[in-house]
Amino acid sequence: MADFLLEIGCEEIPARMIDAASRELRERLNTLLLRERLEPAGAISHLDTPRRLAVLASGIPAAQPDITERVNGPSAHVAYKDGQPTPAAHAFAKKVGVDVGNLEKVSTPKGEYLSATVTRKGRTAAEILAETLPKEISALYWPKNMYWRKRGEVFVRPVRWLVAMLDEQVVPLELFGLAAGKTSRGHRIIASDSVAISKPSAYVEALRGAKVLGAAEREQVIRKALDAATRTIPGARWREDKPLLATVVNLTEFPSAILGSFDPEFLDLPEEVLVTVMRDHQKYFAIEDVNGKLLPHFLAVLNTAADSDGLIRHGNERVLRARFNDARFFWQTDQKQTLRQRVDLLRHVTFQKDLGSYYDKTMRVQRMASWLAETVKQSGMAIRPGIVHKAALLAKTDLTTELVKEFTELQGIVGGLYARVQRLDEDMKPDVQLAVSRAIYDHYKPESMEDDAPATVEGAVLSIADKADSIAGMFALGLIPSGSKDPFALRRQANGIVKTIAEHKLPLRLSEIMADARVRYHGSEAEKKFSNASYPESVRSFFRERLEFYLKDARGYAYDVVSAVLAVDSDDVVDAVARAEAVSKVRGSADFESISSAFKRMKNIMRQASEKTKVIALRVDPVGLQEESEKELAALIPQTAATVEKLRAARDYEGALLEIAKLRPAIDKFFDKVMVMVDDDNLRANRLALLQTVVKEFSTIADFSEIVTEGKESTK
Amino acid sequence: MNLSNSNSLTFQELILKLQAFYAERGAVIQQPYDVEVGAGTMAPETFLRVLGPTPYKVAYVQPSRRPADGRYGENPNRLFKHLQLQVILKPPPENVQDLYLESLGAIGIDLRQHDIKFEEDNWESPTLGAWGIGWQVMLDGLEVTQFTYFQQCGGMDLDPISVELTYGLERLCAFLQDVDSIYDIVWARDPMIGGEKTGKEVKYRDVRLAEEQQFSVYNFEAADVQSAWKHFELCEAECKALIDRYAALGKDKSDEQKIHESMQRLDKIQLADVAREKSRFPLLGAYDLCLKCSHYFNILDARGAISVTERVGVIARVRALAVGIAKAWMDQQYSSEEQNIGQASKPGAKEEKGKLAPVVT
Repeated sequence: MADFLLEIGCEEIPARMIDAASRELRERLNTLLLRERLEPAGAISHLDTPRRLAVLASGIPAAQPDITERVNGPSAHVAYKDGQPTPAAHAFAKKVGVDVGNLEKVSTPKGEYLSATVTRKGRTAAEILAETLPKEISALYWPKNMYWRKRGEVFVRPVRWLVAMLDEQVVPLELFGLAAGKTSRGHRIIASDSVAISKPSAYVEALRGAKVLGAAEREQVIRKALDAATRTIPGARWREDKPLLATVVNLTEFPSAILGSFDPEFLDLPEEVLVTVMRDHQKYFAIEDVNGKLLPHFLAVLNTAADSDGLIRHGNERVLRARFNDARFFWQTDQKQTLRQRVDLLRHVTFQKDLGSYYDKTMRVQRMASWLAETVKQSGMAIRPGIVHKAALLAKTDLTTELVKEFTELQGIVGGLYARVQRLDEDMKPDVQLAVSRAIYDHYKPESMEDDAPATVEGAVLSIADKADSIAGMFALGLIPSGSKDPFALRRQANGIVKTIAEHKLPLRLSEIMADARVRYHGSEAEKKFSNASYPESVRSFFRERLEFYLKDARGYAYDVVSAVLAVDSDDVVDAVARAEAVSKVRGSADFESISSAFKRMKNIMRQASEKTKVIALRVDPVGLQEESEKELAALIPQTAATVEKLRAARDYEGALLEIAKLRPAIDKFFDKVMVMVDDDNLRANRLALLQTVVKEFSTIADFSEIVTEGKESTK
Repeated sequence: MNLSNSNSLTFQELILKLQAFYAERGAVIQQPYDVEVGAGTMAPETFLRVLGPTPYKVAYVQPSRRPADGRYGENPNRLFKHLQLQVILKPPPENVQDLYLESLGAIGIDLRQHDIKFEEDNWESPTLGAWGIGWQVMLDGLEVTQFTYFQQCGGMDLDPISVELTYGLERLCAFLQDVDSIYDIVWARDPMIGGEKTGKEVKYRDVRLAEEQQFSVYNFEAADVQSAWKHFELCEAECKALIDRYAALGKDKSDEQKIHESMQRLDKIQLADVAREKSRFPLLGAYDLCLKCSHYFNILDARGAISVTERVGVIARVRALAVGIAKAWMDQQYSSEEQNIGQASKPGAKEEKGKLAPVVT
C-alpha cells in the first residue's frame, strides 16, 4: 500500500474554473484507479489554489494484483502422438511459459484439450500512473484553453511544475516538457519558492509551511478575517455574498482581509452604484449597519499574510476613491440631460442591426405595453396603464448615460434611479413618479430563474413587452436559438416572460403576446428583412419549451405531469401552472392511476385503429352498443362531462379531476367485459367512437396518457 | 508609513527604470512608433514581430490615442492619450511571471508589503484579428499591467507565441507617487541648479493638460466628419491596392513558373526579379495606412458618426487590411528558400531574410 500525490503546478488559473477542474481531476483519478485495479483503501482528497490542482489518494496497492487464469490450448489428440507431446504441445507450452510436463488436460463438450494455469503479473502502480495520467491531465475540460509550447498542446495556463509521488518515490510521469518530481512551490511572495515534499501524507503540512492553504481552510480564514475586521466598527456586519466569497477563495493561496474606508459623502450616490463598484469591479465586500444601510467602509481580501504598514489598505482606498469619483462624475454629468430629453438620443443607439434603433424599439414597446396593460385591466386586475405608458417611454434612455456606459450591469437600475430624482413631468404626483421609476428599475427582471420578477404589475407588463419585442424581432429575422447558440439570450428572456406571467398571475396568453409583438413591426424598415415564414409555429414551440422548463425546473413538477398538462395547452401560463398543481395533487391516488392506465390503453387502441384505417363512428350510437358495461359507460359520459366542464370553467381543476376519477369503476368494467377491435365493422366503429368521446371529453385538463403509472415505463 | 512624494520615482524615472530593466535582460529598447495608434500592440514592433518564428525581445513606450476616452482634462483618471510601456518577449521565458514581478521590484515596489493578484482577463482586438489569454495584474486593488499570452495575430496561429506586458504608466506612477489625479504626477524633478538641489517639479499637468483639452475638443467637436471619412477611405483604398499588388506578385510568379515548366524558356533571372520585387515590397507602408484607418475610425467613433450597426462593419474593414498585411508579411519575411530563389543566389541574401531579426537574443 502506498499514498499517491499528484500536483499540477500552474500559472494562475481563473478563479471561476478551479472548482470544476478539481472535481473532474478527482473523478478521473478515481476512474483510472478502479479501471486499473488499483482501488485506493482511503478517500481521494484534494488541495486547490490558483497555482495548483493537487489530488491525494491514500492506500493504493503498490501493484495490480496478479491474475491467475486458465488458458486452453490445442486438443489433446493433436498435442500428443503415441503419448509423446507433438510440436503443437511444445508451442503451446512455450507460449504460456509452462513446462510441457506441467500442462494439464481439460474435458470440454468438444473433447479433451490441453490447458495451463497462467499467472499474469500485475504492473506496478508507478508504471501505470506514469503512463496514463498525462492523458487524463491533458483531457481536463477548460472553458478556455491556451497553448504556450506548441500548438495542439493546451491547458488553461502554462503548467510550470509537476509533483507525482507514491510514498517517497517519484512517479516518473512526463507532460508539457516537464518531468514530475518531489518539489512543489510555495506562496509567490511570502514563502520560499521551492518546497520539498518528503511523502504525500506530508504534502498539506509542507504547503501550509509555505503559506499555501486548501480552499475550505481559506474560506474559513476569510470568514474569520472579515468578521474580525468588521467587529472594529460597532453594530456593523459585512454583507454575505456567496459568489464573491467563492471568487476570493479562489484568488488567494494565503488570505487575510483588511477594512478600508471611504468618504461618507459618497453615500449620497445610490447604493446600487456603490455596491456594483465594490463587488463587481474591486471584489470588495460591503458593510452595513443593523438596519441594512450601507456604511462608508469596505473589506478587501488579500493574498498575503497581513498589511502591517497599512500600505495595502491605503492603496485600495485610493483605487476605490478614484472609482467612486468616476461614478459621481458620471452621475453629475448625466443630470445635465433629463431622461425625457434622452428619448431622442435613442435614435442613435442601435438595438440590433436589422431591427433599428432603441428609439424604434421604445415606440413599439410603449404601444405594446399599453395594450397589455389595458388587457390586464379589463380582466379586473389592478393596474395603472398610464404608469406603464410613461415608464415604457423612458425605460431605455439610460443606455445613453455615462453611468450605464461605464457600468453596463446597471442598465434599467440607473434609469429607475434617475427617474426617481428627476422631474419627469409637470404636476406628476409623487406616487406616480415613484411607480414609474419602479417599473423602469425592474424592467430587465427577472434576469435568471432565481431572480425576482418585477415587483409591481406595471413593471411586469413593461418587462414582458420589452422582452417579447426582442424575441419577436429576432424570430421574425430567423435568428432562432439553437443548441448552445443563443447570442441574444432569447431563452433567458422568454424564461423571464413565463416567470413574470406566472408570478403576477397575468391573464395573458403567450401566442397573443407574441402575435402583438410581431404586429408592432408592421410597416417598419425592419420588416423588409423578415424572413421567417413560420413565425407563429416557431414562437409557439420555443415558448412551449420555456414553459416546460419553468414548470419542471423552477416549480418542480414531475416531467410526466408537465407533459400531460402541456399536451392540452401550452399557451396560458397561469392556467398551466394551476393544472399542473391539480394533477400533481391527485396523481398518487389509486383511482387516478387506474384512469391514467385506461387512457393510455384507449389511446393505443385508437392508434391501432387509425393505423389499420378502421372507421370510427362520428358519434356513439347507444342503441348499437351490446354489453351492459359499455352502455353504462356511454350513459355516464354526458352528465360527468357536464360536471367536469363546469368545474373546469371555474378553474376548480382538482375538483374536475376528482370527478373524472369517479369514472374508474365504469371504465374498468368496460375493459373487463368489452373487446373493442371486433370484426363487426359497425360495432367496432361504435365502440371506437365511445373511446374517442371519453378521451376527448376528459382530456381538457391534462392528457392522462402521459402520466407514468406504476410499473409502466414512460414513453419519453 | 512613508508616502512622501519626493522619495518616489518621477514619471520619466519610472520609464527609464523599466526600460533599463528590460535592456539589462536583452531587450531592444525601441522608440515610440510615430503613427497614431490606440495601443502599443498596434505598433509594428508588436503586430508584425509576433508573427513568424524569429525570437525577439523588445520594450518601448507607446503613446496610445483613444479619442473617445478623452475628458477635456477634467477627469483625474481618464485620458485621451496615455502612455503604455509595451514589452514583447518571444518566445516567453519559463519564468516570465517572476521576471515581471522583478520589474515591479525595479521600480521600488517591495512586493512583501503589497497585495498582488493575477486575475483572469483575456485580451482581444477584433481590429487586428488578434487575441490572447492572460490576466490583469492587480496591485493593492489597482490594475497595473495587462499580461497576455498571444495566441493569434492577424488571424493566424502564432508559433512560437509571445508574451505581451502592457504597463499603464500613468496609473502605475500615480500609485507610486500616491496622487489622486494623473495631472498631479511629477513628470520631472530638477535635481541640481548651480550645485544646489532646487527640487523644482514639472507636473504631468504642465506637460500634457493642454493636449488633453484641445484634443478632446477636436475629437468630440471639431474633427470634420466628412474629411475623416474621406481620409479613412483614401487610406483604405491605397492599403488595399498595395495588398492586392503584393498578392499579384505571387500570382505572376506562379504563372511564370507554369511557363517555365511548359516552355522551359524562362530563366532564373526573371524569377529572381519577382523575388526581389517581393522582398522590397512596401508592406510596412501598407501597415501604416491600416493604422491610419484605425485612427480615423476612432475619431469618427468619438464624433458619434458611427452607429453601432456600422461599427462592426467598419471594424471588419480594418481587420481585413490587418489580416491581409499579416499574411503578406509572413510570406515576405518567412517564405521558403525556393520562393526566394533570386535572393538566395545573391551574396548576403541570407542575412537579408527576416531582416528585422533580433539584434539581441
